[in-house]
Amino acid sequence: MPAVFFYIFATIMIASACVVILARNPVHSVLFLILAFCNGAGLFLLSGAEFLALILIVVYVGAVAVLFLFVVMMLDVDFAELKQGFAKYLPMGVGVGLVVLGELGMVALGWRTSPLAASAAASPIPDNMSNTAALGQILYTKYAVFFEASAMVLLTAMIGAIVLTLHHRPNVKRQSIEEQNSRNAKNVVEIKKVPFRTGV
Amino acid sequence: MDAITTYLSESPVLLALIKSVLLAVVLLIYVAYVILADRKIWAAVQLRRGPNVVGPWGLLQSFADFIKFALKEPVIPDTANKGIFLFAPFIAATLSIATWAVVPVADGWVVGDINVGVLYIFAISSLGVYGIIMGGWASNSKYPFLSALRSAAQMVSYEVSIGFVIITVLLCAGSLNLSDIVRAQDTQYGMLGWYWLRLLPMFVIFFVSALAETNRPPFDLVEAESELVAGFMIEYSATPYVLFMLAEYVAITTMCALLTILFFGGWLPPVNMAPFTYVPGVIWFVLKASFFFFFFAMVKAFVPRYRYDQLMRLGWKVFLPISLAMVIIVAAVLQFGPTLAAN
Repeated sequence: MPAVFFYIFATIMIASACVVILARNPVHSVLFLILAFCNGAGLFLLSGAEFLALILIVVYVGAVAVLFLFVVMMLDVDFAELKQGFAKYLPMGVGVGLVVLGELGMVALGWRTSPLAASAAASPIPDNMSNTAALGQILYTKYAVFFEASAMVLLTAMIGAIVLTLHHRPNVKRQSIEEQNSRNAKNVVEIKKVPFRTGV
Repeated sequence: MDAITTYLSESPVLLALIKSVLLAVVLLIYVAYVILADRKIWAAVQLRRGPNVVGPWGLLQSFADFIKFALKEPVIPDTANKGIFLFAPFIAATLSIATWAVVPVADGWVVGDINVGVLYIFAISSLGVYGIIMGGWASNSKYPFLSALRSAAQMVSYEVSIGFVIITVLLCAGSLNLSDIVRAQDTQYGMLGWYWLRLLPMFVIFFVSALAETNRPPFDLVEAESELVAGFMIEYSATPYVLFMLAEYVAITTMCALLTILFFGGWLPPVNMAPFTYVPGVIWFVLKASFFFFFFAMVKAFVPRYRYDQLMRLGWKVFLPISLAMVIIVAAVLQFGPTLAAN
């Protein structure tokens, strides 16, 4: 039964990944990317990593892909224009592709399993501990430094993005919530007695 | 009878299927009456009678509406992206019903008692935004598209604070399993031991975020009929429209159920004493969920709609810092509280 599900998920995942790069409409590409993510989550579930599966859905499908979809929908892509430069960029693209492929090949051929891996696989997590707790235990103890370092990198990236896009232009009226909320009739409305036929 | 039970216990897939169908049917009937209750409460606040013609006290109104929609012709705009246009309501309805698979309505009454139940609900409800974005984009019209963009930003923003609120509850309960979260609230103090009191600010934030997450008034900028006509579903009619509406109300009941489980002790009786403990857990669960739905309906009836910038400010500048601070405080209290109390 799991084997059947594995082949279903894997087939749909690879097929949708192909459609992502083949689809003409970028919105369709993103939607198929989401399908690929969901099937990836299914594969995680099959191998018993339910926490990773759901985190994949929350982070990639629920947040990252939404932003992709946002950007792609807002773009007004002209396909004729995109296709024009195809021949010009082809050699460059093929070159980069070959380099990446070569590197991947080197990694795949030079792959060696750590001698500790066998003993780690032989001692699975205890029965009374859930997958999530086991993951947390190892992330926050053994790999705490790496975990926090990656969190810092993400924080820096976030602040960097805000700093890069935040422009304080002069002469722009800004909204100050405190000021708005502290307004009341006493200090905003002024009642004047206007003398007849003379005005203020 | 014995033969049936042994046969069912030997085929878990069939058992899960029967449970799912039963849950879906009960849920849809409940939603039909939730929609009616919503309209009745709204009407009562405005000194109207609400639907009162179909069936006694209008009790069959939702079914009549459903039949009317189902018999109408679905109009598909000529320039719409037809595949995605028709797919969007199905996505929305399926996802919102799928959330209920892990909701325990009583001790052991759950289709999928998975270890990461909270995360599952969080993940599935974060996918709810796709129905709206796809519907808004595929309609190929300005109003639905604007509305879809607003909604996407709104739902992503409020998910962040919902996530932090859920984390504080998880820290207290020490489990991601929804049944375990309810069991963790089973103390001798009855309803005072539930998390709504211990995590009161989080409870309020969760309720308001739930309103925003389900696009209910006062945060219904997705519909905003004063400027966006009818929001992302303008171009929808007949059955596709019904699916969107169903998705919306099922999502609301999910949020009520989640409030009940996380903060109101799920199926537990309010007082651990004789007359209360005789009532079955499922009745307590439905009563509590309906209680929260009553507040959803009342808020709709008497709170004016937020402006979009106010909505974003509330999410990012008020709820996010408060909930983030509470995560740190709750974690610190759980970690250092016992030792401090012992000294």
